[in-house]
Amino acid sequence: MGLVWMLGDNVNTDVIIPGRYNVTTDRSQLARYCLCEVRPDFAQQVKPGDVVMAGHNFGCGSSREHAPAALQACGIQVVIARSFARIFYRNAVNIGLPVLVCEEAVLSSTDGQQIQVDLASGTIYNQTTDQTFQAEPLDPFVARIVAAGGIIEYIRREGTLR
Amino acid sequence: MGTLTEEIFSYKLGRTVEQGETVVVEVDRVMSHDTTTPLAIKAFRELAQQNDGRVFNSRRSHIVFDHIIPASTIAAATLQRDVRSFAREQDITILQEGICHQVMPERGYVLPGDIIVGADSHSCTYGALGAFATGMGSTDIGVAYATGRTWFRVPFTINVRISGTLPFGVYAKDVTFEIVRRIGVDGANYRAIEFTGDLVEQLSVSERFTLCNMAIEMGGKAGLVAPDATTREWLKGRTESDYPMLAPHRPDYERIVEIDASQLQPMIACPPDVNNVTSVGEVSHVAIDQVFLGTCTNGRLDDLAIAASILQGKTIHPQTRMVVIPASREVYLEAMRLGYLETFVQAGASVGTPGCGPCIGRHFGVLAPGERALTTMNRNFTGRMGDPTAEIYLGSPATVAATALAGHISDPRNVL
Repeated sequence: MGLVWMLGDNVNTDVIIPGRYNVTTDRSQLARYCLCEVRPDFAQQVKPGDVVMAGHNFGCGSSREHAPAALQACGIQVVIARSFARIFYRNAVNIGLPVLVCEEAVLSSTDGQQIQVDLASGTIYNQTTDQTFQAEPLDPFVARIVAAGGIIEYIRREGTLR
Repeated sequence: MGTLTEEIFSYKLGRTVEQGETVVVEVDRVMSHDTTTPLAIKAFRELAQQNDGRVFNSRRSHIVFDHIIPASTIAAATLQRDVRSFAREQDITILQEGICHQVMPERGYVLPGDIIVGADSHSCTYGALGAFATGMGSTDIGVAYATGRTWFRVPFTINVRISGTLPFGVYAKDVTFEIVRRIGVDGANYRAIEFTGDLVEQLSVSERFTLCNMAIEMGGKAGLVAPDATTREWLKGRTESDYPMLAPHRPDYERIVEIDASQLQPMIACPPDVNNVTSVGEVSHVAIDQVFLGTCTNGRLDDLAIAASILQGKTIHPQTRMVVIPASREVYLEAMRLGYLETFVQAGASVGTPGCGPCIGRHFGVLAPGERALTTMNRNFTGRMGDPTAEIYLGSPATVAATALAGHISDPRNVL
């Protein structure tokens, strides 16, 4: 269970973690400045288990993996969007940050509502409105990486990339 | 049979590959830069058992220092020190001679038919030479360094057909703005863009780099131009290797976008999204504090030549600063020999060392709260060049030079 942080369309990686703050691999530093341009309250108030919801093209722009890493370091349980930019989506899957595409859940939820997500089935329950939504199924290859917990774990399990 | 993308994947895998398929392929080159390499090293180390602790091929692994060069902070210097140590350990040569997307092709590391992955979103630039190249995050790149492989869903393709001739004062950058305006900032998400048409055939390799560079600004996985005589000529002296001259063969494009370049005017992408495009005339009242000429989009010799021709013997507006950064050492030296750098310095510009410069807001021209910049960059996102209340407008090198003289956004046709 977590609270919704609702964002708009085309939230780019410069906004998720600005270039001036990503010259580090220290995740706590990334967490500190996450979304500071659009939600200055986010880094201070986000709680582990909270959910980011967004419109179209979430994570567009730079390939910086610092963006999903910053959200993960803030304790974000899952990002649910109407659509994701390709590189962000792949980065999130690779590092084990859950990402779901669900148009209806985003359109029917608002900031601060209580959300419960079952990642295995893709079921999204908005407790505040008592509505249930079903996220789009994952691509089979992506599902295998997600099931392993990320690309590194997937390759370790398989012995190589295949 | 297929799109250029399908032809490349089919050539690599030795069988007919179709769009929509998920494939695992061996990559020809892997690239990362000073900002993305540290996390790639972390992923690479986690796969030590799978790779005996060595990169798949140290001659096909490339680390380019370009984002914060020379280092501007202790934090940046420390990360670079650690990356240098990794490169020594792995026998990788660090390239510190300009922007990765300029240096990789200049050195002959990008050939038609290649599959290249880079830890930078603008790696799609390499498609201008007929390679399939895409940007990825550091973990994907760490995996590629470790295994020499990656996975792809072979993308569906949008064909952008550009006809006509470039009107006076209109350049490849303006055409690119029109393409982004038409397709939108996510209209090519997960897709490849193949540029064809009379105009594309006439464009130089440098101009094709500008087109392909901004495929990612529409969400594109790759931007490609089929190799031709122009490509061959450009590669002469840069590589000894043979390469296949692949071309689309009865392609099944998902969508075709037709653009008549003859109808275009000089354009500006207004903040904060790249598809926020308008004609120069619509925003010519906007006062500009700083102009920036450079980047992987427009920091090449022809870009500098256009700007120098406008600034020759003139002085930039007293209320406007100008930053010029050649995209590579090769460009810098040639611009020096041809007198362009002297023209810029005489006009009052600051000329910087080849690299990304202020494009990512860390050094050499960071913006103050409320300031406005007009740049030849590919992105105008909030906070990208410094303070989040600063505004970034994008234009062609000619528009940037004209604006430097006027102190406000200015139509280059007035001064060309």
